[in-house]
Amino acid sequence: MMQTGIRPYYPDYSTVPVERQINPYADNGGSVVAIAGKDFVVIGADTRLSSGFSIYTRNQNKLFPLSETTVLGCSGCWCDTLTLTRILKSRMQMYHQEHNKNMSTTAAAQMLSTMLYYKRFFPYYISNILVGLDNEGKGCVYSYDPVGHCEKATYRAGGSAGALLQPLLDNQIGQKNLQKPSQEDLTQEKALSTLKDVFISAAERDIYTGDSVLIKIITKDGTKEETFDLRRD
Amino acid sequence: MFNSTHSAPPPFWSNGPAPGAFYNFPGTVAPVTNPITHTQSPVTTSTSIVSITYDKGVLIAGDLLASYGSLARYKNCPRVIEINPNIIMGAGGDYADFQYVKSFIEQKIIDEDCLDDGLKMKPKSLYCWLTRIMYQRRSKLDPFWNNLVVGGIQDGVPFLGTVDKLGTAYTDKVICTGYGAHIALPVLRDALDKKPNLNLNEAKQLIKKCMEVLFYRDARSYPKYQLGMIDVDEGVKIEGPISVEENWNIAYMT
Repeated sequence: MMQTGIRPYYPDYSTVPVERQINPYADNGGSVVAIAGKDFVVIGADTRLSSGFSIYTRNQNKLFPLSETTVLGCSGCWCDTLTLTRILKSRMQMYHQEHNKNMSTTAAAQMLSTMLYYKRFFPYYISNILVGLDNEGKGCVYSYDPVGHCEKATYRAGGSAGALLQPLLDNQIGQKNLQKPSQEDLTQEKALSTLKDVFISAAERDIYTGDSVLIKIITKDGTKEETFDLRRD
Repeated sequence: MFNSTHSAPPPFWSNGPAPGAFYNFPGTVAPVTNPITHTQSPVTTSTSIVSITYDKGVLIAGDLLASYGSLARYKNCPRVIEINPNIIMGAGGDYADFQYVKSFIEQKIIDEDCLDDGLKMKPKSLYCWLTRIMYQRRSKLDPFWNNLVVGGIQDGVPFLGTVDKLGTAYTDKVICTGYGAHIALPVLRDALDKKPNLNLNEAKQLIKKCMEVLFYRDARSYPKYQLGMIDVDEGVKIEGPISVEENWNIAYMT
């Protein structure tokens, strides 16, 4: 007789999908804003790391220098950020050792997109903004979605207050919906003061943004760093 | 007999496929119609860890209770441990997972001792390594259900960092997990805002106060705790069990 009874079950050899309960992602908040000019680019990220109504730490750097002229700002799931930036760092080093030169900002931007898409079906839940100077020394901003869609821009707000800040930047930096748009180039001072202003606004409305902002200013002379306090409530 | 029409032919072999059919390997068919629902959740749990850095070291405190849900099941479960003369560690969450994590950390320390190069693992290295382990397990959707707090001295400077079950990691001067993040952390942050450089005695007093408040307010806490201490001058000490000074006078009807 053919046996039709229940077969023994061996979990290690099972190909049946297993349903599990935990959520591998966390929303740790944070905002990143980047503004590029003709010969500079500024990027700022708040330093609050939180989860729900808890503030883990008030002093967390979310800007990761990838090379002399390239900086990545990350917000979203912090454990993914830690992993992604660690892999990126080693990829930058491998590139340097293989080619005996530093990776350009444009190449790093493409590499990041590829690395994010590689994890298409278990994505890094991060809102990335990559900034730097291109080969002509011009400031550039690249923004990404979690699965690697990449867009080049001149200014971008991302993270928990991204949706809050982008329209403000559209108006103040992009000169959108203005009666008399300014014809002059964006200056570093204007970019920096706008960046600080938008973070103050974000800290007012977004509970995941606050404590302080870490700003990096990249020019042909190198990277300058400054901090700026926000409300801590 | 071979011409009989009323009896089926005997099987070729037992458990085998029917003629012309393929053999079905065991385990390739769902034993039940639904996918297996395999809930990963902690069972025997411990509660908050409270930790703080002071001018010359780090303190980590955690009580001795391991609960089974709301049942106070095991009342002598140490979870603040010495890793090596550079590092102490505290853990909250599933106690079985902690014991497993502890066992492979200890094995790592033995492995590094066997290299006999005179080097000891430093706190940042352990912290970083644990970050990767926790992240790897969360990526398998089978996490270690713990909050780990690593304290130590690296290059003469106190270090305090934490990793949770997802691999979320950060360093700070004060770290509290679980209920302590709501009750003890504001107390410690406030104290540090007022006086950023505490000495050992002040730090100890603060921890004592926090463990007291936590015992009163956290229903999964216990009045006996351990205090792990690592100091630039004095090295590692795990003190305890220390008893919380209880005062229930307010509970009596006059």
